[in-house]
Amino acid sequence: MRFSRYKREISAAIAFALLLMIVAVVAPSFFNGGNIRDLVINNAPALILAIGMTLVILVGQIDISIGSQFAVCSLAAGVLAKTGIPLPLLVVGVLLIGSLMGALNGALIGRLRLPSIIVTLAMLVLWRDGLRWITEGAWVQDLPGNFQWFGLSQQLGELVIVGVAALLFAVFAWSLRNLVIGRKLYAVGSDTEAARLAGIDTPKVVFGVFVVMGALTGVAAFLNAIRFSSIPGNTGVGLELKAIAAVVVGGAAISGGRATLVGTLVGVALLGTIGTALTFLGINPFWEKAIQGAIILVALVSDAALDRLGKNGKLDRAGARAA
Amino acid sequence: MAENALLQAVKVSKAYDGVQALIDADLTLKACEVQALVGENGAGKSTLIKIITGAVQQDEGELFFNGEPVVNNSPALSKSLGIAAIYQQPALFPELTVAENIALGREAGNIFGLINWNNRRRTASELLGRVGAKIDPETLVSELSMPQQQLVEIARALGADAKILIFDEPTASLSEEDTQNLFRVVRELRSAGVGIVYISHRLEELPQIADRVTVLRDGRTIETREMDVVSSEELIRLMVGRDLSAVFPKRPVALGDVVFELKELGSRSAGIHNINLAIREGEIVGVAGLIGAGRTELARTIFGLAEPDHGEILLRGRPIRIGHPQEAIEYGIAYLPEDRRRHGVVLDFPISSNITLASLKKLSGFAGMDFGREREVAEEYTRRLGVKTPTIYNAVSTLSGGNQQKVALSRWLMTKPSVLILDEPTQGIDVGAKAEIHDLMMEIAEKGVAILMISSELPEILGMSDRIAVMCGGTIATILDRENATQDKILSIALGHLADNNRDEIQPL
Repeated sequence: MRFSRYKREISAAIAFALLLMIVAVVAPSFFNGGNIRDLVINNAPALILAIGMTLVILVGQIDISIGSQFAVCSLAAGVLAKTGIPLPLLVVGVLLIGSLMGALNGALIGRLRLPSIIVTLAMLVLWRDGLRWITEGAWVQDLPGNFQWFGLSQQLGELVIVGVAALLFAVFAWSLRNLVIGRKLYAVGSDTEAARLAGIDTPKVVFGVFVVMGALTGVAAFLNAIRFSSIPGNTGVGLELKAIAAVVVGGAAISGGRATLVGTLVGVALLGTIGTALTFLGINPFWEKAIQGAIILVALVSDAALDRLGKNGKLDRAGARAA
Repeated sequence: MAENALLQAVKVSKAYDGVQALIDADLTLKACEVQALVGENGAGKSTLIKIITGAVQQDEGELFFNGEPVVNNSPALSKSLGIAAIYQQPALFPELTVAENIALGREAGNIFGLINWNNRRRTASELLGRVGAKIDPETLVSELSMPQQQLVEIARALGADAKILIFDEPTASLSEEDTQNLFRVVRELRSAGVGIVYISHRLEELPQIADRVTVLRDGRTIETREMDVVSSEELIRLMVGRDLSAVFPKRPVALGDVVFELKELGSRSAGIHNINLAIREGEIVGVAGLIGAGRTELARTIFGLAEPDHGEILLRGRPIRIGHPQEAIEYGIAYLPEDRRRHGVVLDFPISSNITLASLKKLSGFAGMDFGREREVAEEYTRRLGVKTPTIYNAVSTLSGGNQQKVALSRWLMTKPSVLILDEPTQGIDVGAKAEIHDLMMEIAEKGVAILMISSELPEILGMSDRIAVMCGGTIATILDRENATQDKILSIALGHLADNNRDEIQPL
């Protein structure tokens, strides 16, 4: 086990630990059960999105349409729930809608080789404004009782949400490391042309990643929707930036080829805790976004600094060493 | 200092990553002169030009312009001295107009940076007139033909007051008529006092245009001669005239059945046509030819990276269709690409993952990848091929060129190929590693693998091949037997000369 391999993840973890220590000293009431529970529940959907975004960034792409996709999936879940179809069917439906939107991205980016930033920017606007046009900004309200918390008690429902997020995290983290497809993702992200010359179907890999991103967006939207009795028309605005930020803070290279899900988990935890922590520290929570931005910058700058060190042969690059 | 020399390079040396590209090369260019520069691929022509244009700096030696030393040459400095280069592929901005392209870099605008459009058009027309181009300055460059673009480039250089023009293979893709027009322009420039360096592989056109010719070989200046006293044959001899100093580990291998056959294979997109070739088990077929002859394009077409549009590929007599590299691999075809550092290996990956990258299926099990098996395989290949590394988990980027190439080769050996295509397998690696790779090639051939080896190094081609396919203009011009092949013969064919006295030894296939 070489720790230098995970130095970016470790520095993010240290930052998170520092934050927790400061809070522990200044405002120990932060660590009460209810607060921690709220934090975990609130960030579970964000983690699911960040898992997908990790894969997207790992292959050297980006998806800024997931906030809008999230809204489409949420409202679709609400509308479907009101038709009274059974919950399992509803889940399948939402997953399908998410996957299809992802597949559309994937086809345009993987097969037609269009730049992902432009394609997903177009989708960001298209889904968001398409939705606004259809719903005229209305919320989906009066959701049936068997929809909220899966028709379970809130406590059990919350447990299921966190359980699903944890399970997805475990499955993806394991697969990325232990399955052939994981190795292919790293190869495509490190050097697409070299991967192609080694016989990897790179368009298919990129396509698949976007489908998974879409499906995970569906899961996150569904798990988020069941927490409330209504779904606002503008749900999910800015989620794509949250997910990208968490992945980058977690040590992923935006140019692709380097990312770990453990890093992403730390990134989600760090960025997701800041807001609440500020409140407990008595700092105006309006600072939250500014501080999140600062953390991203610090992550990028230290990343570049580490890279320069690595070029001198002192450290080697992490992530791809999944062997 | 030579008198009235416009440009002089004295004992210029340059090494890239330990590979010596130029050694004590000299070049003297006078005003009102066209000097041809000839040499094989890798003889150092491009490096010399890059030093003159300031794209790279020499390690040793000096450069003089009008007798003044040029210190710390850079693209900006050489441009301000009036040195301009015209390449085979014009380097213009396609989405700007001809006038804008010509104006770029030479006009500053007025003190507010405002552009005088009338002036710009007028200058462009004048300069285009000087090179005899009938082109409207308002045309977009993307709408022009290649020869027209070349003339625009020359006009741009003239606009920047070029005193030295360097032409790098300007006629490689020009028709006869456009070539003659270009020559006329070059002659006019010469009489206007411009000094011209003219690089070309078309030896037959040199007497028409050049006053003197300088031959480079293995990074050294061999000779400079007056053009009217030297023949093509003599030039070819000067270009290749090195002794086969390296010893190649060639051993006779019993050849088996024909494994792999190309029949009239061609691809418009790749620029190759009517390729006929059959390779037998254990045979090494060398592919020689100049840059641009279609060698790499042939390899890419076989490997599914370019689409063939006529002819067929047969594997053990059965026609096969290869649409993607993964299909080629499934058929047992392996391709070690030319540019190792860029695409032959994934530099950030450890040695182990690089070796297994084309055979991941073999490592896939129910409980995920078999990392133990991966380690065994990687250790086996690094040992067998002698990759020098502390562990198999070191990133490939930390290895030397020769060891990187061995990792790339290991990857393909692990796929157990029946056809192995090697594209410049020893380019840019040191002598020791080169010999090891040649040894490996023999071992692989002895196991019955058919090898197609593309190389620009004639000694390597002659030393390792059983037969030699010489490519010229996108097709195999001739296939020579090992016994009949000589450097001169290969080079003549590659240059498009099919001398009559060679005909009887040339056998069609």
